[in-house]
Amino acid sequence: MRKSFNLMGAVLPLGLFALGAWAGTSGLIGQIGTYWEDIVYLTQQHMVLVGASGGAAILVGIPVGIWLSRPSMERHAETVMQVFNIGTTIPTLAVIALSMTILGIGFAPAFFGLFVASLLPIVRNTYAGLLAVPAHLKEAALGMGMTRGQILWRVELPNALYVMFSGVRTALAINVGTTPLAFLIGGGGLGELIFTGIDLMDTSMLLAGAIPTAMLAVLVDFLTGQGQLRLIPRGVNPLRV
Amino acid sequence: MIRLENLTKTFDTPNGTVVAADKVNMEVPSGEICILLGPSGCGKTTALKMINRLIPPSSGKIFINGEDTSGLNDIELRRKIGYVIQQIGLFPNMTIEENICVVPRLLGWDLKRARARAAELLALVGLEPRLFLKRYPKELSGGQQQRVGVIRALAADPPVMLMDEPFGAIDPINREIIQDEFLKMQATLKKTIMFVSHDIDEAVKMGDKIAIFRAGKIEQYDAPDRILAHPVNAFVADFVGADRTLKRLRLITAEEVADPDAPVIARHGRAADAAAMLRNSDHRFLVVIDADHRPVGYVTAEEAEGSSGLVGDLAHPLPATVPVRADLRAVVSEMFAHDTLWLTLVDDGGRFAGVVTQPAVTRCLGETYARANAA
Ligand SMILES: Nc1ncnc2c1ncn2[C@@H]1O[C@H](COP(=O)(O)OP(=O)(O)OP(=O)(O)O)[C@@H](O)[C@H]1O
Ligand SMILES: [Mg+2]
Repeated sequence: MRKSFNLMGAVLPLGLFALGAWAGTSGLIGQIGTYWEDIVYLTQQHMVLVGASGGAAILVGIPVGIWLSRPSMERHAETVMQVFNIGTTIPTLAVIALSMTILGIGFAPAFFGLFVASLLPIVRNTYAGLLAVPAHLKEAALGMGMTRGQILWRVELPNALYVMFSGVRTALAINVGTTPLAFLIGGGGLGELIFTGIDLMDTSMLLAGAIPTAMLAVLVDFLTGQGQLRLIPRGVNPLRV
Repeated sequence: MIRLENLTKTFDTPNGTVVAADKVNMEVPSGEICILLGPSGCGKTTALKMINRLIPPSSGKIFINGEDTSGLNDIELRRKIGYVIQQIGLFPNMTIEENICVVPRLLGWDLKRARARAAELLALVGLEPRLFLKRYPKELSGGQQQRVGVIRALAADPPVMLMDEPFGAIDPINREIIQDEFLKMQATLKKTIMFVSHDIDEAVKMGDKIAIFRAGKIEQYDAPDRILAHPVNAFVADFVGADRTLKRLRLITAEEVADPDAPVIARHGRAADAAAMLRNSDHRFLVVIDADHRPVGYVTAEEAEGSSGLVGDLAHPLPATVPVRADLRAVVSEMFAHDTLWLTLVDDGGRFAGVVTQPAVTRCLGETYARANAA
């Protein structure tokens, strides 16, 4: 996984450079620059949407994943996961559209749609990660006299952390990638420049939205990747030898 | 002391009831190792896990040091019992130090005391604390992990230990080494230990007592030598193997059957004196020793008789010597290897410590059979 990062790190600047060179020669940079205030404002709006919906998905998804993985839920967890999996097959655009039919337009439906779209990977990976903790570790912990809560916090969660983190990373990638659609239901964000640019066939406006969106996606992936590398203890982190 | 009284466990399965433990009664005296031995599925693990209630008993009682454990809650009970599992079960997310400190911390020890204990225990099993405390389990070899698994269970100094095939996940050579280390530790720690094994050789080596299980019942509960010499029925005899008498060789040290009064003579002694010494005894040979009392050769009665000169010139080299603490299996093996009926024993300093003869070995093994026939 570290490889893919390096790859991105190498390809992206090159791509941006090429884009920049092309934009520079065609005088696009100057035109994009005229949108600077919009870019700053919309980027903030965009980041608030990503942060709020992604954060909420983490805060809800992890406890739900934990709850589904408890032995008392054993009989129902698979059914619930099936429903969740079917949910994943619904395109995020459809999720956002559905969310609009219920919540109207504005921040709320955009937030909710993005929240739902990012919830699934987090729940699934938390659940799968916890189930994958070897039974003998839990038995050793129980035999040593840990309570159920201690086993969860000291053994199960730390050992599932890597898989859980991967879920969060996927969720945030989906989230950042989908956020431009929020504009379609009045949620604001950089989608405003992109979609208006498309409508007006205005390349510079389109790029003024697209480039920060792309950079944001790369940044978020980079940060979560670094988090995965550095925050997860060495003993359970396959990225660290 | 661990005492089991009519301990019973039944599992209800779709195919009917399985009786995994059937009125098990036994007592392990304090400071002894009791091995639960038997074929797969006979209920060893079930019996063991009922003691720390990882499996709740269906009926029956368990006493630890005279106290009925049903009065304790699960958590309290488990923290007082050391537990080692076959898969070792070190927590990968914790350093070796944190792994060892788990139970002491659960019991409320302060961090400093728990850490000091971790370092002390690592040193005890020959792992340099400075190198290992901060490592993670995946950075240790299998044998090192196994050692840490054992000392982790010892961390809070529990009087009682439960070990389910603790050395099962390791290659035979390292297993022998760890077994020896563990026995050495146990000699000073004197824990009361229940130990599951399915390996008769391990059982004979490690156990003060062995309980042979079949289908949830104890068939025989006895000292290893008695199990090997006097199996109570065909099942036990079959289980311990047709070579069970040979297995008994491992239970006896060379020292126990040695003749410490076997005659010796100094290298510069006269052959005539040697002949005179042998004439007055039933020994047929003399071991020749040097000034430091180390055996250097031997002379036979025939050669000494009528010969003049020094024994040093007559002596034949010794085919081999064996240390006093070697078990009889090693001794007999050496005898076969050198085609000889007797061997010289040496102590830790290489000094002469007696002679072991094949008839003495045979006699020692045969005694218990003779007594049983007489009775
Ligand atoms: N949870 C369970 N439900 C139903 N039957 C069980 C359960 N646990 C164990 N048994 C049955 O109880 C019997 C004893 O099992 P146990 O695990 O104690 O065997 P064992 O002597 O430890 O075997 P092994 O040497 O293979 O580890 C077996 O027949 C097993 O199938
Ligand atoms: Mg077993």
